[in-house]
Amino acid sequence: MFQNIGEMVVLFWRTVLALPLLWRHRQKTFDQFFEIGNASLLMVCILSFFVGGVITLETGPLLVDHGLSSYVGGVSGYAICRDLAPVIMSMLIAGRAGSAMAAEIGSMRVYQEIDALRTMNISPVHYLVLPRLTAIAVALPILVIFAILVGWLGGAVVCVINPRISVSFAAFLANLRDLVDVKDVGNGVFKSFVFAILIGVVSCHQGLITIGGPRGIGRSVTKAVVNSIVLIVIFDYLLTRILQK
Amino acid sequence: MNSPAPNDQPKSEDTSLTRKGVAVQVRGLRKSFNGHEVLKGLDFEVKPGEVFVIMGPSGSGKTVLLKHLIGLEEPDEGEILIGGESIQSPEVMSKYRMAMVFQSGALLNSLTVGENVGLYLSEHRLKTPEEIERIVAEKLEVVGLKDTVNQMPSELSGGMKKRVAIARALVIEPQLIMYDEPTSELDPLSAVVIGDEIVHLKKRIGVTSLVVSHDRDLAFGVADRIAVIHEGKILAIGTPDEVIKREEPMVQKFLNADLRHLEEGNKRGGRR
Repeated sequence: MFQNIGEMVVLFWRTVLALPLLWRHRQKTFDQFFEIGNASLLMVCILSFFVGGVITLETGPLLVDHGLSSYVGGVSGYAICRDLAPVIMSMLIAGRAGSAMAAEIGSMRVYQEIDALRTMNISPVHYLVLPRLTAIAVALPILVIFAILVGWLGGAVVCVINPRISVSFAAFLANLRDLVDVKDVGNGVFKSFVFAILIGVVSCHQGLITIGGPRGIGRSVTKAVVNSIVLIVIFDYLLTRILQK
Repeated sequence: MNSPAPNDQPKSEDTSLTRKGVAVQVRGLRKSFNGHEVLKGLDFEVKPGEVFVIMGPSGSGKTVLLKHLIGLEEPDEGEILIGGESIQSPEVMSKYRMAMVFQSGALLNSLTVGENVGLYLSEHRLKTPEEIERIVAEKLEVVGLKDTVNQMPSELSGGMKKRVAIARALVIEPQLIMYDEPTSELDPLSAVVIGDEIVHLKKRIGVTSLVVSHDRDLAFGVADRIAVIHEGKILAIGTPDEVIKREEPMVQKFLNADLRHLEEGNKRGGRR
């Protein structure tokens, strides 16, 4: 485990050092960005709409019963932007983009494509990891901004249509504006940036250490997704604790 | 191999045909995997511009040896010198141009054939896109695949992939080119084309060629010298004439293995 952590730190550092070469790899980065961002957008919107709806459905009646109906928008909006949107969307992207990264790089490793790159003096970190890590680090925070907005919309719709809550759209938004600051949104977006780095590094690393043919590729994909999700949850706690100060 | 260009602009200099082949020396090379010794102290030297063929049965350590020569594996013991300098030194890998033709071809499946062949030049910004296009077409023509430039590797047969991999290696204009079973999966006519190309490259640019193969026709057709390797040891080394005269039983068994007795057996069985 410690060897893997060490290798991932080294991989991340080598990718950071390769950032000046990003312009040269812009086409590959854009392709990855399009793959992660555009292809996930609809799914992110659907998921976040219902996440917003559920959190409002759970908290709304409780707050109304205690005479706190004016806080419905603020409470659900706060939870969505600071935690639910970044964590759930990162898990979604770990399953979708992280698994694809591990599978693609893993299959390149198994079928000697990475060896072929090395013999041509092309660094796999520059050629494969840099575009993917950059793309996910940009795409995920943007997706989370969408998720926050659509999540709020989902919460507002539930507030209006659910008879046990029955708070107007305008009242929901007014309360949201009172309780949720731009800093709270920035907090969630920052978390998603850190999660994106985690997903990218874990998935690319798993791909690069793949051995053993198709079964090895499958094992790498599973490890990439599971390890990413575990790290997202652990780092979510740590970041929440740090950012609370 | 060349280091990547420091800036984003293609280099205008002509990097082709300017360097001759390099010498390779292998000294006491040993390598084990999970306690099993695959290479048991190999010693040999390949002279500049020579076609050196390493023959041996499957599992004798030929591919592992090639991976050491290209720097993909590190030896447990011994050393490899390229142009008199240890391969462990990072400068050596950037000082000399080396290319390897993998047994499977190892083409990047996400790129077209043309992009695969021109990958070295485009990634290192050595030529302009127009020049790369011309060079790619030229190299693909050499291996008889000029019409495949826009195809994906998945659309090619195994033999065609191998030829594209050779074209990709030729683009580097290497000083040392290593072939891992270059004629496996090829029909006899294509094998002749590849054999001709190996000899042609030696004559044209003086490249050192290291060929790993168990194709006896190819080995005796192209080799200046041959080494026969078995269970991680060199059993015979010398010119094709010298090797064929060696009385070592395993060498003779390997060089004279013949399936024609099966044909005789079949004929006798048919008559019964």
